[in-house]
Amino acid sequence: MGLLSKKDSKLIMDPLADNNPITIQVLGICSALAITAQLKPSIVMAISVMFVMGVGNVVISLMRNIIPSKIRIIVQLVVVATLVIIVDQVLKAYAYSLSKELSVFIGLIITNCIIMGRFEAFALANGTWRSFLDGIGNALGYGVILIIVGFFRELLGSGTLFGFKVLGDSVEKTGLYAIGYENNGFMVLPPMALIVVGIIIWVQRSRNKELIED
Amino acid sequence: MEHIELFFKSIFVDNMVFAYFLGMCSYLAVSKKVSTAVGLGAAVIFVLAITVPLNWLLDQYLLQEGALTWLGPEFADYDLSFLSFIMFIATIATMVQLVEIIVEKFSPSLYNSLGIFLPLIAVNCAILGGSLFMQSREIETLGLALNYGIGSGIGWFLAIVAIAAIREKIRYSNVPPALRGLGITFIITGLMAIGFMSFGGMLTGGEEEATEETEENTVGMVTAIADEKDEASSLVIKTINDTDKN
Repeated sequence: MGLLSKKDSKLIMDPLADNNPITIQVLGICSALAITAQLKPSIVMAISVMFVMGVGNVVISLMRNIIPSKIRIIVQLVVVATLVIIVDQVLKAYAYSLSKELSVFIGLIITNCIIMGRFEAFALANGTWRSFLDGIGNALGYGVILIIVGFFRELLGSGTLFGFKVLGDSVEKTGLYAIGYENNGFMVLPPMALIVVGIIIWVQRSRNKELIED
Repeated sequence: MEHIELFFKSIFVDNMVFAYFLGMCSYLAVSKKVSTAVGLGAAVIFVLAITVPLNWLLDQYLLQEGALTWLGPEFADYDLSFLSFIMFIATIATMVQLVEIIVEKFSPSLYNSLGIFLPLIAVNCAILGGSLFMQSREIETLGLALNYGIGSGIGWFLAIVAIAAIREKIRYSNVPPALRGLGITFIITGLMAIGFMSFGGMLTGGEEEATEETEENTVGMVTAIADEKDEASSLVIKTINDTDKN
């Protein structure tokens, strides 16, 4: 690890598996599922959340001793909203079509429970470097689920990855389509996002029996 | 007619939970018992009905491009719409706080039933989502904004009460251990969302309007969930909408 002590690397590795923000902590599902019909918006969303969480956690952790606890929710909201405005403006400037596609869901990062949740649970009580790692770790855990869901929904739903026709052309019947394969158009519809996440949870909990709820 | 259509559309077709996954965190966390679900659902209707029209006014007279014209002609060029996130969330947080104080003062019994849920609502995506959708869909009048707020609140209420009722029953079922709790809730929500998709063909009215309406729904759904260029998906949605219509 070198740069990171054992304790620090645990901060990054834990949210990736056994303490995943989406499947275990049940945070941040709100803005996550609607944009996972394809891989590209999923990755953009994951990167945006990583930026907001990393920087936000650092800012909150720096201010943790001067924020009066009564108004901390408002302070947190203002910090997140500012960061999200930056993300939104950057996306509008450099990836306009993508930002149109993500529409309101970039704005909804503000109320993404995972961000408020980590501010409350971690950044308010820990030092800057550790908060930064915690933010990045949780954003990675969130991103991993997003990318898995996006991968399967795009592959099975449209037969593409990042827009490339990996399974052949469905109109001209090349590749897999030549032997009678059909896209499952259902995968791109909203309900399947929920079911795919449900299946991810199922797989994860079958592998690690400690996570099973009673 | 416009009002009725928007009202039913925001409850069923554009249901906050099933079509856009908004407010999923509290939806999953507070849906273990019907009584608490009713409490939170009522609070969401309440807050949406206040914040959506309020944010509509803010958007119309402060944030939109050219909205500041009422200050004088030299302000006509200002476009403050990049501030809308921070303004909306500030309004919501303030209103939630205010509503909490007012309800505590004037109706202690209502406060006791809603009490613990009100602060939670400030960070419920459904509330901010309501305002952002109101902005992006360019709702025209204050009345329609109020209508939209109440409608989407009721949609959210229905969703959380339904899932709470199902979860109360499912406790007696023999669910595979690894699926218990969160997993099965996700899958049930997915199945319910499939059910709610069938409302997509609801607002068709006369024969002539029918095709137009379906197309509008299709476009709305496609932009929300997938790339517009993705012909495969739009075809599927069209087929599904058409089948519903029949």
